Amino acid sequence: MDYFHSVRLDKEKCKGCVNCIKKCPVEAIRVRHGKAEIMEDRCIDCGECIRACPNHAKYAERDSLQELTVFEYRIALVAPSLYGQFRENTSPARILAAVKALGFDEVCEVALGAEIVSQAVREYFQKNHHLRPIISSACPAVVRLIQVRFPALVDHIIPLESPMQVTASLMRRKAMQETGLAPEKVGIFFLSPCPAKVTAVKSPVGGVPSEVDRVLAVADVYGRLLENLRQEQPSLTRADRLGIGWGASGGEVAAAGIENALIVDGIHNVISVLEEIELGRLVDIDFIEAQACPGGCVGGILNVNNRFVAGVRLRHLVRDLPAREPLSERLAAFGVPMPKVPEIKVEPRPIVRLDRNLRRAMEKLQQVQALIEHLPGLDCGSCGAPTCRALAEDIAVGKALETDCIFKLREKIMALAQETYNLAQLVPPAMDQNRTPKGGERDAT
Amino acid sequence: MAEVPAMSHDPSYDLKIPVIGHDFLRAGEAASRIKKVLQALNLPPQVIRRASISAYEAEMNIIIHAYRGQLALKVTPDALTLVAEDEGPGIQDIDLAMQEGYSTAPDEIREMGFGAGMGLPNIKKSADKLTITSTVGQGTRLEIVIRIS
Repeated sequence: MDYFHSVRLDKEKCKGCVNCIKKCPVEAIRVRHGKAEIMEDRCIDCGECIRACPNHAKYAERDSLQELTVFEYRIALVAPSLYGQFRENTSPARILAAVKALGFDEVCEVALGAEIVSQAVREYFQKNHHLRPIISSACPAVVRLIQVRFPALVDHIIPLESPMQVTASLMRRKAMQETGLAPEKVGIFFLSPCPAKVTAVKSPVGGVPSEVDRVLAVADVYGRLLENLRQEQPSLTRADRLGIGWGASGGEVAAAGIENALIVDGIHNVISVLEEIELGRLVDIDFIEAQACPGGCVGGILNVNNRFVAGVRLRHLVRDLPAREPLSERLAAFGVPMPKVPEIKVEPRPIVRLDRNLRRAMEKLQQVQALIEHLPGLDCGSCGAPTCRALAEDIAVGKALETDCIFKLREKIMALAQETYNLAQLVPPAMDQNRTPKGGERDAT
Repeated sequence: MAEVPAMSHDPSYDLKIPVIGHDFLRAGEAASRIKKVLQALNLPPQVIRRASISAYEAEMNIIIHAYRGQLALKVTPDALTLVAEDEGPGIQDIDLAMQEGYSTAPDEIREMGFGAGMGLPNIKKSADKLTITSTVGQGTRLEIVIRIS
């Protein structure tokens, strides 16, 4: 299947070191021919490798502002975490005006969609009681992680579209009504904190094409935003502080008002929680808010500010902003009806590590176990695989050799050297001075 | 003792993992290892889920109640079988132990969030077949069969 990935490798910059292979949560990277290769069927576009690479060889594919010219009417969608990227006391009205000045006709906060989704989450919990815990669908990297590594848990994902999609479809409809333009003339640009959102737009989980047309990185436009931070346009702010709170870890739970929730951030922490759920635990928890980036979306790798600083800024903003009229009133004033949040269906996409056929998989697994006994167990990564187990699996499926392990190779060289030495010791009887007259035995070890 | 993979030409896969009573630091490790094996075998996600839950509950039963024991996994093309065997106090009344919420775990273990009396009922729900044999004062043996279809 053709599957779009936003996380890519710049071969020129890659030195073939082991930093990214060790950090990848789905073991999707191998070093081959001196370069890090991403296995596309495994990659979840979380961006951990971008974070880990000291050479900046990993990058996130995204669109550029030049694409603005493709559309007649251009709308920017702003992620809640953007508000954490500026100095304390930079108002949303100022930030939104700066975004609009990049060349957009309209700007809308995804925080507005987050409020709509928060309400849908609340309603979902009122109606559905049979399955626990329910996992948030907001972080696309977590949704993909579940698809490939925890496929039995896809039913636990709340079947609701993300705030970004909800905001995008709301804004497209409104723009079409107001301008009379055809849908393809309206360009919706999402200002993204992470590569996973790029993937969510280009390869949507449910298979339904995204309402977002282009994805820009916050980092790419940040300089111009700073230059534009001059005037305020309060009319552009439509979201309440609860929606804005979604930009940092814990915001979704606070906005949806779910008491019995577990909040986890950082993809490796998320994995440890999902492992628990897979073992049948945590059934006494209602909701899991799980985000791949540390600190939530403020920790996204396409954001600019230090994630701790951004988290504090966002929390202060949420604390200090005055409460607004109820969502329905604000939507009415904005001239849009309360949208129904579309349902999504998340399919499992389990990784085939050894073989689809059970008998062959069993044979290969036995081979893997035997190989693990022989490998040094250092998980050094020098073979290009992240762990000795991963190397053993690669050998079993014919993608690597035992001698890819430098320690095994050394052992083989040592054995060869020993053998060479032993052979060199063998002197023909005609030349052997030390040979005792009685002995017929030669030391032939 | 490390896990012992069987090397045979039968189409089956075996794994035996020792479990030590009251070793809460490693609680769940045996079940996680079994889960990883089943994932490597590419079994259907729901089969893996049910087997993981069963393995976890069986492992916890040994940790909470017994002195020592082991989890043994056998996978054949048709089914997987989990056998949890322990040396321990045994079960006085198996029917009672099968009731949801019934537990003989001591208070300090319940305070840790374990021993809620859902172990055996959860295994029964996850398994296609569950056989319990127990001798008081000697130990318990659970045989859990989950079909692969």
